[in-house]
Amino acid sequence: MKKTKGKIQLIVIYFFLIIFTLATLYPVMRVISISLRPGDRLLSTSLALIPEGATLDAYKKLFSDDRFLRWMLNSILVSTAVTLIGVILASMSGFIFSKYDFIGKKAGMTALLTTQMFPATMLLLPMYIMISKLGLINSFVGLIVIYSATALPFCIWQMKGYYDTIPNALYEAAVIDGCSNFQAFIKVILPLAAPALVITALFSFMASWSEYIVAAQVLQSQDMFTLPLGLKQFQSNMTTEWGLYAAGSVIVSIPVVVLFIILSRWLVSGLTLGSVKE
Amino acid sequence: MAEVILKNVNKIYDKNVHAIKDANLEIKDREFLVLVGPSGCGKSTLLRMIAGLEEITSGEIIIDGKVVNDLSPKDRDISMVFQNYALYPHMSVYENMAFGLRIRKFPKDEIDRRVKDAAEILGITQLLDRKPRALSGGQRQRVALGRAIVRKPKVFLFDEPLSNLDAKLRVHMRTEISKLHHRLQTTMIYVTHDQVEAMTMGDRIAVLKDGVIQQHDTPMNLYNDPKNIFVAGFIGSPAMNFLEAKCEISKLKFADITLELSGRVNREEVVVGIRPEHFIIDGEMPHFRAKIDVVEPMGNEIFLYFTIADKTMVARVPSQSDFKVGDIAPFRIDVGNIKLFDRETGERISL
Ligand SMILES: Nc1ncnc2c1ncn2[C@@H]1O[C@H](COP(=O)(O)OP(=O)(O)OP(=O)(O)O)[C@@H](O)[C@H]1O
Ligand SMILES: [Mg+2]
Repeated sequence: MKKTKGKIQLIVIYFFLIIFTLATLYPVMRVISISLRPGDRLLSTSLALIPEGATLDAYKKLFSDDRFLRWMLNSILVSTAVTLIGVILASMSGFIFSKYDFIGKKAGMTALLTTQMFPATMLLLPMYIMISKLGLINSFVGLIVIYSATALPFCIWQMKGYYDTIPNALYEAAVIDGCSNFQAFIKVILPLAAPALVITALFSFMASWSEYIVAAQVLQSQDMFTLPLGLKQFQSNMTTEWGLYAAGSVIVSIPVVVLFIILSRWLVSGLTLGSVKE
Repeated sequence: MAEVILKNVNKIYDKNVHAIKDANLEIKDREFLVLVGPSGCGKSTLLRMIAGLEEITSGEIIIDGKVVNDLSPKDRDISMVFQNYALYPHMSVYENMAFGLRIRKFPKDEIDRRVKDAAEILGITQLLDRKPRALSGGQRQRVALGRAIVRKPKVFLFDEPLSNLDAKLRVHMRTEISKLHHRLQTTMIYVTHDQVEAMTMGDRIAVLKDGVIQQHDTPMNLYNDPKNIFVAGFIGSPAMNFLEAKCEISKLKFADITLELSGRVNREEVVVGIRPEHFIIDGEMPHFRAKIDVVEPMGNEIFLYFTIADKTMVARVPSQSDFKVGDIAPFRIDVGNIKLFDRETGERISL
């Protein structure tokens, strides 16, 4: 009796998992498929992943397009900066929030959380005004500042939560062993927080890599565009170049997928196992 | 090699928890001092103040002639063994032990020599390449000890290092740490809530309760000459038996027993404390007879439980005496060794 119930449960679970997987995969497949189609069959409704007469023409064209390469470089620049800023600032402030007591600690954490309750679109106007008063319109710095500001609160909470699970005794042992506070942080705590650092890095990267709305406000000249903005260019011409558009989309998503695969090893935590007996 | 002196040390945590009250203590060079007391009495707090992990609210801590109040832990030349070991999980056993020396920029060959020496002493040479998670509790504890000794600090601090080990291993590590102390001849301060550990390991013991050092002395002096009811009851296993009693000049009366004291007591209401071994089986001149409720044979001796005035008493008698539950046993009280305490303050009344 119990066994059959387990089986039925399993079937139901798998049923839903399969549905969701298909729902997620379908658009991705479509985009891949479109990007591979030869120019005359773009509007075909065929569902084949590898279309008839598949060709890499769209990709070739993209990579010989100076504008596209420029946008890619811009995206890499901005995302790398945001990732570095996110990792450095979140790892340190998360640590302070986790292990030190100071006046305003609670208020600070709450304030950070509050920022997460407003949708990005709502913050667009005030951010735009601030950036323009600072004279940072159409500059990467302006974009990096906004991206960092939106990514950091989550990253700090995330890092703090992870540091909370690292026993204080490890830090104290390091300090007694002769470390300065900063050494203890770098040599003992940070290596143990690797899984959280990876998540922070991924999150910061993704928050900036495929962002569109903010970038569309801040960046104005074409040669400053990041990839998502650039892709839109293919659409706004007289005829939308669907092939290029799809190929561009695939290329934009590749780094994120690759990062996930490479870093997934680190996402599995449990590194602190065995240090401290609970 | 260093003396540790506490002068009027106080600790008040922010929520007005007065964790240590006016602690005064001198720990001599090369001494093994045990801080013992029930859970929450402030043992860890005191130790952590000596280590520099906890700020001192007022008073002075002096290590090797130097006031260390404002020194950070790394500058106090101490090492500490934590209850939960606190080994660095991402480093091998070797790296764990070498870490402190690396940070202090010791030359490589010196580090290697010291780590290997320590591993030899502790019998963990074959574990040097392992990560802490691949070690048993006892092995982790040894590594933690190793990490503490490689630096050859002035003072060793231990915070309940054995409480996570099983009973047998605990007894074993107890003797290992004592041996280590003899070998290293360094001042050691050892925190435990286990009075047996305290008695067996300490050159001297400081008994702490509610943040106050009740008494500090050698184990035997604490046992034979406790200053108050708390110390008398805390030190010794099984614990001292306590009974409320009345004094009339030099006669002590409780239940229907009357004892003749050697001196006068100018107080009427007292508490009498009798160690289990001071109830002696004596068929010829017993002070009282009691029905045995429980018999606990320990092998070398037997604990007999019985009741006086509704209170459970325990007697420690030789293993030859064969009493069974329900037997009526004749007891004599070794009057010369009983202790009297003030019923209000709990202070010892000397005879
Ligand atoms: N950071 C802190 N803030 C406030 N109060 C604290 C703090 N640390 C400890 N205390 C309080 O101080 C008192 C002493 O604590 P401490 O940890 O020194 O006890 P202990 O004797 O080591 O107990 P145990 O045997 O359980 O380890 C306790 O009442 C505890 O609640
Ligand atoms: Mg403690």
